[in-house]
Amino acid sequence: MAAPATPAPLALELRGISKAFGPVQANKDISISVRPGTIHGIIGENGAGKSTLMSILYGFYKADSGEIYIRGQKTSIPDSQAAIAAGIGMVFQHFKLVENFTVLENIILGAEDGALLRPSLAKARKELKQLATEYELNVDPDAMIEDLSVGHQQRVEILKALYRQAEILILDEPTGVLTPSEADQLFRILDRLRTEGKTIILITHKLREIMEYTDTVSVMRRGQMTATVKTAETTPEGLAELMVGRKVLLRVDKKPAQPGAEILKIQNLRVIDESGVERVKGIDLTVRAGEIVGIAGVAGNGQSELLEVLGGFQDATGSVQVNGQELPLTGAGSDGQARRAAGIAHVPEDRQKEGLIMEFAAWENSVFGYHHEPEYQNGILMDNKGILTKAADQMERFDVRPPHPHLAAKNFSGGNQQKIVVAREIERNPDVLLIGQPTRGVDIGAIEFIHQQIMNLRDQGKAILLVSVELEEVLSLADRVAVMFDGQIMGERQASETDEKELGLMMAGVSGAQKEAI
Amino acid sequence: MDFLTLLQVLDSSVRLAIPLLLACLAGLYSERAGIFDIGLEGKMLAAAFAAGAFAAVSGSVWVGLLAGIGASMILSAIHGIASITFRGNQLISGVAINMLAAGMTVLIAQDWFGQGGRTPSLLTEGRMSPITLPFAEMFQSIPLFGPTYKELISGHSLIVYVAFAFVPLTWWVLYRTRFGLRLRAVGENPASVDTAGVSVIRLRYTAVMICGVLCGVAGAYLATGLQAGFIKDMTAGRGFIALAALIFAKWRPWYALWACLLFGLLQALAVRFQSIEIGGVVIPVQLMEALPFILTVVILAGFVGRAIPPRAGGEPYVKER
Repeated sequence: MAAPATPAPLALELRGISKAFGPVQANKDISISVRPGTIHGIIGENGAGKSTLMSILYGFYKADSGEIYIRGQKTSIPDSQAAIAAGIGMVFQHFKLVENFTVLENIILGAEDGALLRPSLAKARKELKQLATEYELNVDPDAMIEDLSVGHQQRVEILKALYRQAEILILDEPTGVLTPSEADQLFRILDRLRTEGKTIILITHKLREIMEYTDTVSVMRRGQMTATVKTAETTPEGLAELMVGRKVLLRVDKKPAQPGAEILKIQNLRVIDESGVERVKGIDLTVRAGEIVGIAGVAGNGQSELLEVLGGFQDATGSVQVNGQELPLTGAGSDGQARRAAGIAHVPEDRQKEGLIMEFAAWENSVFGYHHEPEYQNGILMDNKGILTKAADQMERFDVRPPHPHLAAKNFSGGNQQKIVVAREIERNPDVLLIGQPTRGVDIGAIEFIHQQIMNLRDQGKAILLVSVELEEVLSLADRVAVMFDGQIMGERQASETDEKELGLMMAGVSGAQKEAI
Repeated sequence: MDFLTLLQVLDSSVRLAIPLLLACLAGLYSERAGIFDIGLEGKMLAAAFAAGAFAAVSGSVWVGLLAGIGASMILSAIHGIASITFRGNQLISGVAINMLAAGMTVLIAQDWFGQGGRTPSLLTEGRMSPITLPFAEMFQSIPLFGPTYKELISGHSLIVYVAFAFVPLTWWVLYRTRFGLRLRAVGENPASVDTAGVSVIRLRYTAVMICGVLCGVAGAYLATGLQAGFIKDMTAGRGFIALAALIFAKWRPWYALWACLLFGLLQALAVRFQSIEIGGVVIPVQLMEALPFILTVVILAGFVGRAIPPRAGGEPYVKER
């Protein structure tokens, strides 16, 4: 099966694409060929240049040099209009939908048939019905986008592309926000599209998706295309090595846990947000010393609020105890500083908004939240020199690259930003570590490191509460897994005694008891 | 209050509501496209001056109207360049326009006419003349309807009817046309418009220029319809009240009409009744005059339901990587 010459023209061919942003060479001499009717994966770490390449293909950027061929025709793509005209459709990681428009309105936006809406809407409604039966893409055309689940919103994006007669569909990290079953549905749809002769380019950092669903895969590293291989002829380990440039440990080295005393005890916790909606509906949870409890669930099912309550920036009712001490959940003494004093360290879900001040230097960021402590004071002034020295040492030990404490946080890559936050929180030697989305937007090399740090902390006998939307991550790190759905805990499982399938069902709201009934 | 007084108060409410309504709809177009505009006041003022000056010099109210629209559009273009092309802060640009207009109008007026910063009083032909609708005299004898028709519905200048017509027109444009769909989309999520292959910049400029035209008409009406010439600071906060009305109206055309009529009524009451006695307590005129502003504060403080502004409002659009 060694690459037979196909008679049909290539669906897409890029030749020698290069693009620089100032001194940064985002894409370097990239060539790629995609055969029609295939799913072609593009994998690479953050900042490897995948998104830039796709932005060039979709007319967001103009390549400095290189040529684009579509169905054998040399094509120039100066803007998105040209990309659409060339039959390219794009499903972005962050959907480009108008939330308070209906599905139908979103679909015709920019592809209206005339100055008046009525005929366009009628036509789209008819066409939508046809697409729905043809590709099993069912969505209520009159539903508001904001009322749809993420999976359905993604379908709208796919329908948008198909409505514009896309032949090549590019999906950027499409499963990041989906439940496992939604992801399965997506891949069924993609498979259907492939059978109908559409060409699909799948950008992802998940090796499993590449291995399971793609025909061919291209690996990018530091702006270059390091390899294009047939998926059947490669292994996850091989791909990881191509991505990172060295051997990577894909599995976390986990010794059996030795749970000790109950450190964190949550009882009947309820959270009502500003708009009066109950986000957390009575949760009971304990975390013991030397144990990692993972919270799995699709984003937006109350996990964030749970972390916010424990971290001290969300009011709640119920009871939270650390080492037997009751923590106030509202008013004085319920803020982040009080929580840190109680021995809770917090690596927040959104490091850019809650974990770091992006404009500030790494050394300043390395003490936020603890900056008032005596060891950082020098009389009435801050002991900046001391902080700087400690930060430099910390960055060295946590392998932050580049190890320059004076660099602003925003100038580090996602993985290195996360290391700065993780270092700050772990170094305080907390009793409880809250860690939300530890590896969101973090590259494989850094994931390995961060996971190892969390594991070390556990083995020192700390209680760790992990929240992640990456089910794989929860399963590989946690000792015990609790699944949250609609503000409630659907059930708890020992990580060693469950699998993605069971947890996936619970994430979709099917409880253990219900499952047995099925 | 007898029936005729009521009619007169309502009649003046309508006239006072018109500049508010035009400015409010102007702001609606701009803000629905995601460009916040606190420069409505300045644009109206500049338009009022240009309309007053050119109407006085040419003797034609139509020349005045065009000059007003022109002046307002120039300021709109400045706001567009600052906030769309150069992605500046929209509030600061708006404040700058207000200050620019407040200073420049008086300065130019003084240099040009030498009448203490005002334009010469307009004679009849320089002013907007009222239109008597057909049958106004004939219906007069019909009780209730007759006087209502003559006093309230008939006898306004053309701009008044145009302004009212703009309410359904704006609704139709927003919700029934391609342009309206794109306009609303660009104020909610410009990326959705951009990725659909439509120019965000062109859409936003169009919206801002429409805003300029409507503010221009509003200003011209102030100087040549409501009054006979431009005087210093004659907009007197109407641009800001229009903004409050826009928020009150939740950025919707029909609600905007009711909100502006309410503000017009408050102003008319203050003009008509210099002091009101309720149960032996005399309400001073100052309080009456402050009513629209008090209502503005109440609205802006969010006491009247939650108003959700267009989600991308105030943020310059930058393509993300």
